[in-house]
Amino acid sequence: MSKGRFGIHGGQYISETLMNELIRLEEAYEHYKKDPEFNAELAQLLNTYAGRPSLLYYAEKMTKDLGGAKIYLKREDLNHTGSNKINNVLGQALLAKKMGKTRLIAETGAGQHGVATATAAALLGMECEIFMGREDTIRQALNVYRMELLGAKVNAVTTGTQTLKDAVNDAMREWSSRVYDTHYCLGSVMGPHPFPTIVCDFQSVISKEAREQILEREGKLPAAVVACVGGGSNSIGMFYNFIEDKDVELIGCEAGGKGVDTPETAATIATGTLGIFHGMKSYFCQDEYGQIAPVYSISAGLDYPGIGPEHAYLHDIGRAQYVPITDEEAVNAFEYLSKTEGIIPAIESAHAVAQVMKIAKNYSPDQSIIICISGRGDKDVAAIARYRGVDLHD
Amino acid sequence: MINEKIAKAFDTKNKKAFIAFITAGDPDADSSVRYILEIARAGADLIEIGIPFSDPTAEGTVIQEANIRSLRNGMTTDDVFEIVRRVREKSDVPLCFMTYANPVFHYGYDRFFAKCEELSVAGIIIPDMPYEEKAEMEPIANAHGVSVISMIAPTSESRIKMIAAKADGFIYVVSSMGVTGVRTEINTDLATILQHIREVTDTPAAIGFGISTPEQAAKMAAVSDGAIVGSAIVRIVAQYGTEAAPHLYDYVKRMKEAVSQIPGIME
Repeated sequence: MSKGRFGIHGGQYISETLMNELIRLEEAYEHYKKDPEFNAELAQLLNTYAGRPSLLYYAEKMTKDLGGAKIYLKREDLNHTGSNKINNVLGQALLAKKMGKTRLIAETGAGQHGVATATAAALLGMECEIFMGREDTIRQALNVYRMELLGAKVNAVTTGTQTLKDAVNDAMREWSSRVYDTHYCLGSVMGPHPFPTIVCDFQSVISKEAREQILEREGKLPAAVVACVGGGSNSIGMFYNFIEDKDVELIGCEAGGKGVDTPETAATIATGTLGIFHGMKSYFCQDEYGQIAPVYSISAGLDYPGIGPEHAYLHDIGRAQYVPITDEEAVNAFEYLSKTEGIIPAIESAHAVAQVMKIAKNYSPDQSIIICISGRGDKDVAAIARYRGVDLHD
Repeated sequence: MINEKIAKAFDTKNKKAFIAFITAGDPDADSSVRYILEIARAGADLIEIGIPFSDPTAEGTVIQEANIRSLRNGMTTDDVFEIVRRVREKSDVPLCFMTYANPVFHYGYDRFFAKCEELSVAGIIIPDMPYEEKAEMEPIANAHGVSVISMIAPTSESRIKMIAAKADGFIYVVSSMGVTGVRTEINTDLATILQHIREVTDTPAAIGFGISTPEQAAKMAAVSDGAIVGSAIVRIVAQYGTEAAPHLYDYVKRMKEAVSQIPGIME
């Protein structure tokens, strides 16, 4: 069996043109992850530029209101660029630079990963090109302009559903035409090996910090950690250091869209089947002939027809549980957290908040739950207003 | 595995093959049957039939759009098998499939290759199933007499010999970086790649990606065992829709002639 497997999932289902590049990337990563100088440089960037460690905030009002477990928020929204994406991007950009690359390309859905990549490119003096579905450039126009301000070129992808999967397609096509000077800074725990492992390692800082922080605050581990899942980078980051703590429930919240009984959903574990796509074997939303389904979610960042291979594996062995959250539930949670705690979460993260709003009361007050607030919601304000029928241009 | 159907395709007067690609179901199934027969009649030694996929990441715009047109018209893997069955009523031209891993995986490897065997489809090309991953599929394909065609790219370098040594049917040498599509220039040092291949195997190697003119086909066939043309053919279908047959015939005939005129390697 090939490299980079998580149970039956993962692998390297990618064109021959990219194979040597993936092998080089793996070798470089294996080398630099043990290199004290590289690690010191990355830690310096994370701490002095990205603003780590991120806060673990006790949401007291929410706790009292919901009744049940003490609720903590892991504030990845407070990172520079406004989401967890910067954790992975700084790592990969630094690695790419060590490999002698001068140019970064990336896919983006909500724009958060694109903004993070454009930021790292600006900081490290690299060229940057972002691929974003045309539909998403409209939904997230503000982030497009942010990327351009940061010096990146944004390509609106007009093929297929014009969303995240199509952006990945075009980023892969671009990479295969120009590997020598270019690194594909993949934004999630997906794609061919070694990406799922590299991205997981760089995101695992979330749970490394959260585990120490909760032990310091509560003197014991949380009952559950909860995060939203598209490809699954913030959730794997949130889960990773709790995987061996068998009593800690790991709950991933998928984009249910308009409901898992409708075609307008992006809930891969709930509605997907085993397949091979975007370089990996995993679960995908697809039809009976293996054509990838045109998925839907109000959240551009979760609007993806697959899930990272490590999540597929955690699902298979029953270690993590994946639940769908509808657009309506997510929007309600978006508004609830804003009003209750004064924190406007990304609509992606609001999916995790929505799940905790349902389950908090099932736990006792001496238990705690950590929600990963993967990003801030400024980018979503206009879309939520539209969802509520409010015209901001009046 | 000795694949006699593919060997026959390369057993021309000068031992050079012209290989044509066409996307099944573009613009519809009836046209595909006619076009495949027409391409065979014009002299193509082997025809690759593309099973459409929703997200063809190795294709340039021309073949991407053909995939979309085909799927929009409701083409399924079973419909593609039906196209091949109708072709087989009239022609024994060597055929291969070209598609992505997921449609084959999802159909079920054994069920898929049993169909190939039944319809005398000699090989399969899957751009997103490299050397490292093909073990899950190749024994099943071989059991049904189907060769899994290996690809070698300009970036393959030290991998060339490893891949070539285990290659079966023929070797698909990718001429250029990037995706499929017509190119004005091909700059890869293909002669060196072919030399590395020749050091480890006699399996024929044909060059594809970017070839559209008779001059390019002749040049590619001169350094290898054949030329593969896809986007230029699909572009004719895109332009003429259901009326493409005479244009396809003329084009393939010219391309085949260009490849035929290359002097063969002296025995």
